[in-house]
Amino acid sequence: MTAYLKLDHIDKSFARGSQVSEVLKDIRLTIDKGEFVSIIGHSGCGKSTLLNLIAGLTKVSAGAVLLEDKEVDSPGPERAVVFQNHSLLPWLTVYENINLAVSKVFGRTRSRAERHDWIMRNLDLVQMAHAKDKRPAEISGGMKQRVGIARALAMEPKILLLDEPFGALDALTRAHLQDAVMDIHSRLGSTTIMITHDVDEAVLLSDRIVMMTNGPAATIGEVLPVPLARPRRRIELSSDRTFLRCREAVLKFLYERHRFVEAAE
Amino acid sequence: MSIQAIEDSKVKAFPAPAKPAEVIAFTAKVRRRFDPAAIAGKLASTLVPPAVVIIVMLVVWQIACSSPNASLPPPSQVWNEAYDLIAHPFFDYGPQDIGLAWRVLISLQRVAIGFGLAAIVGVALGALVGQSIWAMRGLDPVFQILRTVPPLAWLPLSLAAFRDSSPSAIFVIFITSIWPVIINTAVGVRNIPEDYRNVSRILRLNQLEFFVKIMVPAAAPYIFTGLRIGIGLSWLAIVAAEMLTGGVGIGFFIWDAWNSSRLPDIIVALAYIGVTGFCLDRLVAAVGAFVTRGTTAK
Repeated sequence: MTAYLKLDHIDKSFARGSQVSEVLKDIRLTIDKGEFVSIIGHSGCGKSTLLNLIAGLTKVSAGAVLLEDKEVDSPGPERAVVFQNHSLLPWLTVYENINLAVSKVFGRTRSRAERHDWIMRNLDLVQMAHAKDKRPAEISGGMKQRVGIARALAMEPKILLLDEPFGALDALTRAHLQDAVMDIHSRLGSTTIMITHDVDEAVLLSDRIVMMTNGPAATIGEVLPVPLARPRRRIELSSDRTFLRCREAVLKFLYERHRFVEAAE
Repeated sequence: MSIQAIEDSKVKAFPAPAKPAEVIAFTAKVRRRFDPAAIAGKLASTLVPPAVVIIVMLVVWQIACSSPNASLPPPSQVWNEAYDLIAHPFFDYGPQDIGLAWRVLISLQRVAIGFGLAAIVGVALGALVGQSIWAMRGLDPVFQILRTVPPLAWLPLSLAAFRDSSPSAIFVIFITSIWPVIINTAVGVRNIPEDYRNVSRILRLNQLEFFVKIMVPAAAPYIFTGLRIGIGLSWLAIVAAEMLTGGVGIGFFIWDAWNSSRLPDIIVALAYIGVTGFCLDRLVAAVGAFVTRGTTAK
């Protein structure tokens, strides 16, 4: 069986004048349909760059991103991104923000009533239907991120890309949203790639954890499978031996073998 | 007698319910919302200081211009000689003998056309300059030079091109007010957060959709800053342009009054121009505040 998403020997370098800085080197990864994969690494290792490459927001320098054996090199709604700072449009209400995506993606194929139902269904999925007429400025950070997730899901993407989606949230809100994402993933079976720098979050949510080495010329250091049954509950897992073993493996990778060197920035 | 009886029975039929507590609560609520003392105080604090300043200015002016050798008329003379203009803004006695409000409206009409065109073209050009690095490199130096040309310097050229005074005046307004619109729009477009652009790229919005749905609302606060500067400049330009081109606008009225030595009329016209300019500025600011009400708060 061929992989759903394949990152085929990807290199990425940025040229600033005559200076070329190599950010990513020889990234090879295959992801199956329905899989939840986290990418973890120290800041500055190029994990966000990698996500942007998959999203098509940045072009690869060498290699290719293959989705269902077709090369993708430009952004599109089948690879929806949930941005770290939600990036909802502040002049639109919650409903209108999602409607912008839905009417663009399904404007030709679905009727107005169908689109309305679809928007409301996605708002229900993230439990934000009650705030549909609020503007982003009127809701909390966690709620904004929920709406960002609803907007991405409403595009019915083949792959959901989460760029440190909970990074800017407090710990309690973050836990709530992690549960929401696990719930959505189990219900929709959406193929998901999440960038994170939180070890617990990575182990809790992922089927596999991709660990990045430090830059420059960062690459995939190790891929750790997380053989935990779903549904997962954070309280039970906190003393689960497999959970602790995975957590330790990631910590060892990040803090023993690939310690973050400030000067490398 | 009979009426009296009916009224009596009414009064008896509806005895006053004994609910003093409710009445008190109601009055308390009303007092909080429409407290006449507080409103009067607020009005007084905003209106009294300028009124005092204006009265002092009028008194000083009156004293300074009261001597028989004074070259300018004192306020009392303005009031007496230009009373018609002050009291009846809308009289209409023939083609060149109309009230000042009509003249202001005619000038405003020219401003509306010239400024309206400047707003449309300015936003479009500003979007281009803000969006494309090459358009900026090519056009920005030209804009920076042209925007320093004084409004009236354009007038001879536009008279030669249009061969008519009215379109020339409109062109002068257009060319005066377009620069701040272009420059502010360009800055606004350049400052659109990268995330909004990424959202539009993921949704594959085309150029027009991006312009209407992302660019204009995101840059709206900047655009309205430009429009506000632009409307002020165009009001400055129209008075000057009309002084030279003639017609029935407020600018020509001043020139005409000067030529027939009606100084009080000029002073009244200045007051009209100032108040109108103030209103225009506030109007654009209010429209801007209304349109951008969602975008300023993050």
